[in-house]
Formats: sequence, structure tokens, C-alpha cells
Amino acid sequence: MASLDSRSNTRPGSNRVLILFAHPAQDQSEINTPMFTMASAVEGVSCVDLYGQYPRHDIDVAAEQERLRQHDVIIFMFPLYWYSTPALLKDWMDLVLEYGFAYGKDGTALKDKYLLPVISAGGAEAAYQQNGYNHFSIRELLRPLEQTANLCLMKFVAPFVLFGSRTAVEDKRVEQHFQQWRHLLQALVAGKVDLKKAAKLEHLACDFEGLIK
Amino acid sequence: MTHYFVQAFIYLVAAVIAVPIAKRLGLGSVLGYLIAGVVIGPLTGLVGSETVTIQHFAEFGVVMMLFLVGLELEPRMLWAMRNKLVGLGGLQLALTSLCFAALGLAFGLDWRIAVAIALMLSLSSTAIVLQSLQEKGLAKTEGGQSAFSVLLFQDIAVIPMLALIPLLALPELIAAAGAGAGADEHHHESLSLVAHLPGWLHASVVLASVAAVVAGGRYLCNPLFRFIANTGLREMFTAAALMLVIGIAALMSLVGLSPALGAFLAGVTLASSEFRHELETDIEPFKGILLGLFFITVGAGINFGIISENLLLVIGAVVAVMLIKALVLMLLAKLFKIHASDSWLFFLSLAQAGEFGFVLLSFSQQNHVLPKDLAAILSPVIALTMFLTPLLFIFYEKFVVTRYQKHGAEQQDERVDEQGTVIIAGIGRFGQIINRLLLANDVPTVVLDHSASMVQRVAKVNIKSWFGDASRPDLLHSAGIEEASMLVVAIDDKERGLALVHHVKKFHPKVTILARAFDRSHGYELSHAGADIVISETYYSALELGGEALKALGQHAFKVEQMKAAFDKTDKQAREHMYAEWAKGDEEQRFTRSYLDLFLEVERRLAKAIKRNRVEGHDNSEGGWTPPPKAYLDDFD
Repeated sequence: MASLDSRSNTRPGSNRVLILFAHPAQDQSEINTPMFTMASAVEGVSCVDLYGQYPRHDIDVAAEQERLRQHDVIIFMFPLYWYSTPALLKDWMDLVLEYGFAYGKDGTALKDKYLLPVISAGGAEAAYQQNGYNHFSIRELLRPLEQTANLCLMKFVAPFVLFGSRTAVEDKRVEQHFQQWRHLLQALVAGKVDLKKAAKLEHLACDFEGLIK
Repeated sequence: MTHYFVQAFIYLVAAVIAVPIAKRLGLGSVLGYLIAGVVIGPLTGLVGSETVTIQHFAEFGVVMMLFLVGLELEPRMLWAMRNKLVGLGGLQLALTSLCFAALGLAFGLDWRIAVAIALMLSLSSTAIVLQSLQEKGLAKTEGGQSAFSVLLFQDIAVIPMLALIPLLALPELIAAAGAGAGADEHHHESLSLVAHLPGWLHASVVLASVAAVVAGGRYLCNPLFRFIANTGLREMFTAAALMLVIGIAALMSLVGLSPALGAFLAGVTLASSEFRHELETDIEPFKGILLGLFFITVGAGINFGIISENLLLVIGAVVAVMLIKALVLMLLAKLFKIHASDSWLFFLSLAQAGEFGFVLLSFSQQNHVLPKDLAAILSPVIALTMFLTPLLFIFYEKFVVTRYQKHGAEQQDERVDEQGTVIIAGIGRFGQIINRLLLANDVPTVVLDHSASMVQRVAKVNIKSWFGDASRPDLLHSAGIEEASMLVVAIDDKERGLALVHHVKKFHPKVTILARAFDRSHGYELSHAGADIVISETYYSALELGGEALKALGQHAFKVEQMKAAFDKTDKQAREHMYAEWAKGDEEQRFTRSYLDLFLEVERRLAKAIKRNRVEGHDNSEGGWTPPPKAYLDDFD
């Protein structure tokens, strides 16, 4: 857990950003793994590859809770699997967000921290609509995460999503997404993202420019 | 006898003094040998005309080197190199020969002489270039690989050249030789199968001999080596290896062919033999010494008398040879997209004439192609270009590399990234599994085992391994420990395993060492010796079986998984403490009282860790999937 606080940033007005990355097939990843690599080069961002650290799902609960305490913005970064997180991130939530730590009596360790999902989704944005084949918007589908944040007294931020991720490289849509990702991280660290506004959007790309102060 | 001792002593003294000094000054061993040769030869006259005889003997070093190069090259790899080999090598030879032939014609030489000279000058020095590339660690760079392709093509091209040269014989020289009747040409070729055969029969005998070498290497050598290896006599194996190489050289000489090429062919056919690394290890020292001797004789053979008589001609020829060769190579580097520092290495390293030039020179003379006076001038020209080559290598290192290091730091990084091979010592039941896992993931492995029968046994299930004792440093060297990224120690001899870890940690600190331990104390000793990762051979299988026991007793499978994980985690943490405690004890008394106390303490901790998983409550953070307290809904009111 060497990466725990080495790169944390404690300047006033700035945020300590933690990325919990969950991807079980990184050798085939075209979107998430490059984004994770980019993120690890941004100062003030701690990067954790959950599948790399816990290949046998043997999550170290105490260390993970300590890690959460040390950061202000928690990013869950994952490819959307069946409208939810990959199994290890769900395991992580089941184990780490304990009664008495994250919720319930005296469970206030995560109070006022932000939770931001960063997702790649296979379907096109048009599919994530009432009349699309997924019938629900991405924000609606992520409600379990949103309510988890609520119960933990955290502030949920609208997701940063890349739709149609399986063909994004071929369609040359990744460059813009990567650029926004780097921009977003730097702005988060510097405390220059209007998080109140971000909480209300459907997803961040809807008004990306308007978010950065 | 005394005379030989004195002479051998002079050569050895010269080498022992000059080479280390040259090396220390950053000049490389080749230049050291050459200078040593100049000092004992033309400069002080300690050695004289016998250098020619010794050179014939020392050329055997080149034979051995090509045998070793062949061993490194499986036919498959040779095939994969074919484009570079034929394209780059073929064009180099053709273009360079054309330039030299045209130059010769322009100077009014007979066309046959011009062609013969062009051919011998188009060849570069395999001995100097390969030795320098390996010594300076440049053999694996793109420039080095390209240079090697060209050299190999040249070595192959010597066969048709040797067949071609008799056809270029000058009628007037044959007549002169006939008139002279005695003719000393055949003085060291007196034993020849083909001397008086007509050209076509000569060619077919040559082809038959080559076929014999290939067939022998493929079908006879392995059974023979296996038989010898099973006797367990080291020196017999060395003798057999020498017998093989010398036998091939003798056969090739008998049919008037380059022994180096025969040896190369034999090497290639033996490249996939399980005895490859053992052969390399046995031949390597002989090659080193003979090659050194060869370089000394090149230095000693430089005839300053002839040079000073034809000073301008010789200097002009040396400059012309190197310049033309370099220009042709530069053009080819452009054509084959060899860039930056690699291109420099490519054309600087190959811009000389070589030892095969000498061979062709004397061969041309024997076959009445070249007049004596011309040959006498060509000989120092070839020698001087060879002498200048180590200087070009120094130029490359001092100026080119530093310049490109500043410009292309990124390019350098990519090379570091290249994945090295994994050497696995021991292919018993433990090593086999590791090898299969790595190979299934396309990781290149080199497997060594000291039992020839084991090597043969695993070959039946398609596991390729090499015969040899991995705890011998020279064998590790042949197996490529310098380039390896990792060593897996899986030999079933505790002491030799430890010695191996010790040695590799000390001399190759960059290599990651993974070791199999028999028990706890062996594990500690391995860690102490410097192994990076140590796994006890029984630990995980015992843990698995223990888990099966719990399951059979009715525990839920997932719960058992968690128990095993908790056990493993606690044991791993404890191992560090226990190792530290063990290391405090002295050699005699490793398992001290405090170690035993710690061991018992660990057992208690282990039981506690397991139990903690069973009790309810949130005061500990080690638990998992523990439900919230029964009354927790009151919190939300």
C-alpha cells in the first residue's frame, strides 16, 4: 500500500483523488487501461488496480478503509458489466463499506467525500434511453451506486461515461475522451470542478466545459 | 621441444600483458591481441616466419567460433532471418564485389584477377566483428543483428567462391607452374582427396561431404553424446566435442573446403540437440584462446617491409577498401531502413576485409589466379583493414553512441523493455510444471538438467531441455544468463541449489531468482543466499489438501477458501519475523530458543486469525461479509 498517501495532495482548496480501478481483462482493454495509465501520471491522484492487488479477491479491509480516509474524491473506474460493476468491485463494497465505518451508528468515515463513477459502456448513448433497447438512462441504471453513496453520507457525482466503447478506437472517439479525462483529473485535484453542478447532470460530457471553473 | 615451449611462452606473455591493458584502456580485446602481435612480430622480431604456420593452426579458432555461432542458430531461426540474410548479405556482396571489380578493371587488371580480388575483399572479418560485438554487448542491437546477417551470408558465400576461383585460373600462371614442375603450392595440401580431380567431380565430392556433415550432426551425434554423458566423465565429453569439431575441419580440408563453414553447418544441425549448451561450454575456452592466437598472428604477420616499399599503394588501397565497403553498407542501411546509431554500427563494423580474405588469397595463389607480387601487397592491405576495425568500434562507442543517447533517449527505453528468457534449472516434477505454465504464456525458457536420461525422458512428452549441470558458471553463461531476466532454481539437490543461488546473486545481480525450497530451513537458507522469491515445494499442496479435509468434514467450500486465505496471510507475515529470528542465530545453531518461541507464538496467532473469522462483531476489521448487528435498523430512525 505504498501508493497510499505518497502522492496525496493537501493544499487548501485542492482534493486528494483516489481511483479504484476494477477491470478483470486488462490485456484486452482499449479504453480503461490506457485511461488508468494516464491517470497514474497525474500528480495528486492515487491509483489502485484492484484486480492487480487482489487477484484472489482477498481484500485487505483495514488497508482499504485507511485508504478511503486519506482521500476526498473516490473514483470507481470500471467497464459496465450487466449494468453494474465487475465482481471484485462489488466484493470490495461488500467488505470495505462496513457497518460502523461507512454507515450506521458512528459510521461517518466517508461523510462529505465525493463518489464519481468513471465507466465505459458497450451500448451507444441512444440505447440508454426510455425508447432505446436498454430502456433506462445510465444515471438511472447507476442508482444502486448513487444510493450507496447516499447511505454513506457521500456526495454522488454524475458518471463520466464513454458510450459505444467497443468501437471507440476504430471510430476515433477515444482521443477526445482521453483529453477530457486528463483535464477532469487535473481539475479535480486543483479543486476546479463545479461538483454541485456535476451532481445534477445526466453524465459529465453533457456539459463538460461548463463544469470546469 | 624447448623451442616450442619458448615460442608458446612468448605468445602467451604477449597476450597476457597486452590484452588486459587494452581492455582496461577501453580498446577491446581484439585490438590488444593485434598490438601484441605487432610487438612480438615486426617490432621486436621475437617471432618470425613461423607465424604463417601458426596462423593456419589458429584459424581453427574461427572454425570453432563458427561452430558456436551455428549452435546458436536453429534452422528455424536461420529461416526467419532469410530476408535480411539474402537481401542484405546478398546485396552487400554483389554491390561491393561489383565496385571492387570495376576499380580493378579501371586499373588495368585482367578481368579474372579483378574478379578474384573483388570477391576476397568483399568479405568482412567474422572473427573481429562478432568478437567485438559480443564483447561490447552490441550483438542484440538491430545494427549488430544486421551485421551478423551479412557476415553469415558471406560465410556461406565462401563455398561457391571456393568453387569458382579455380575456374578463374590464368593460363599463363598454370603454364608457369607447370614449367616450374616442382611447385610448392601443395605443400600443406598434400593430404587432399580432390586435388587432382576435374572441376565437376570436385564439386560433387564437396557436396557429398557437406551432406555427410549435416546427416552426421543430425543422426549420429546425439546417441554418441548421450552414451558419453551417461558415463559421467567430464573430460570425455570435452574430448568428444573437440573430436567432433576437429573431425569436421579435417574432412572439409580434405575436400578443399572451408573448415569454418563445415563447422557452422554442424553447429546448426546440433542447435536443437539437448547437448548444445554443454558443447558450447566445452568449446568456448578453446575458441577464445585460438581466436586470440589468430589475432596475434594477424598482427605479427604484417610485413612492414612490403608496406614501406609500396607505402602509397597500400595506404591508398586500405582507404579505398574501407571507404567503398562503408559507402555500400551505408546505402544498404538506408534501403533496409536501419536507422540512427544502428546504421552507424552496421557500416562501421563491416568496413574491413577479413580472415576469409586470407583464405581466398592463398587459395587463389594455389589455383594460379593471382600472381605472387600482387598477393604480397593484398595481404597487408587485408591485415591493416582488420587492424583498423577495433578503432572504428571505439569511434562508434565514444562518439556515435553518446550522440544518439542525447537525441534518442526514448528509443533506448524500448530496448530495455525487451523481455529476457527464463532459465529453469532442473526439469523434474517441479520444474516441469513451471516450464509448462511459462511456455503456455509464450515466455521463452531455457531448461537445464544434469541428468541425460531425464532430458531424454521429458523429450518424449515434447519438453525441450538441455543436458548440463546448471550449478556450473560456464554452463549458465552458455545458457544465456547474461541476457536472462529470471532464473528458476528447481534442482533436487539442496546444496547445489544453494550454491547456484549464491553464484547468480553475486555475479548476475540483475537476474531475478525464484527458488523451490524443500522445507522451512532450506527456504531461509535460499533467502539468505539471495533468492528473491522462495516457495516451499510442499506448502501450497498441503494447504490445498488441508482445505479438502475441512470440506470433507462439512465446512462450506467458500468458508474453507477464506480460512485458507487467512492461514496463508498470517503465515506469510510470520515468515518474515521467523526468518529474521533465524538469521540472528549462528551457522551452527539456527533454530534457537527464541526462534522456537516465535514458532509457537505464530501457531497461536494462526488459530486466532482463523477463529476471528468465526466470531461476530465489528471491533475487528479482519472479518468479511459479516452482517450488520441485529438491531441496526434503529440507526436510521
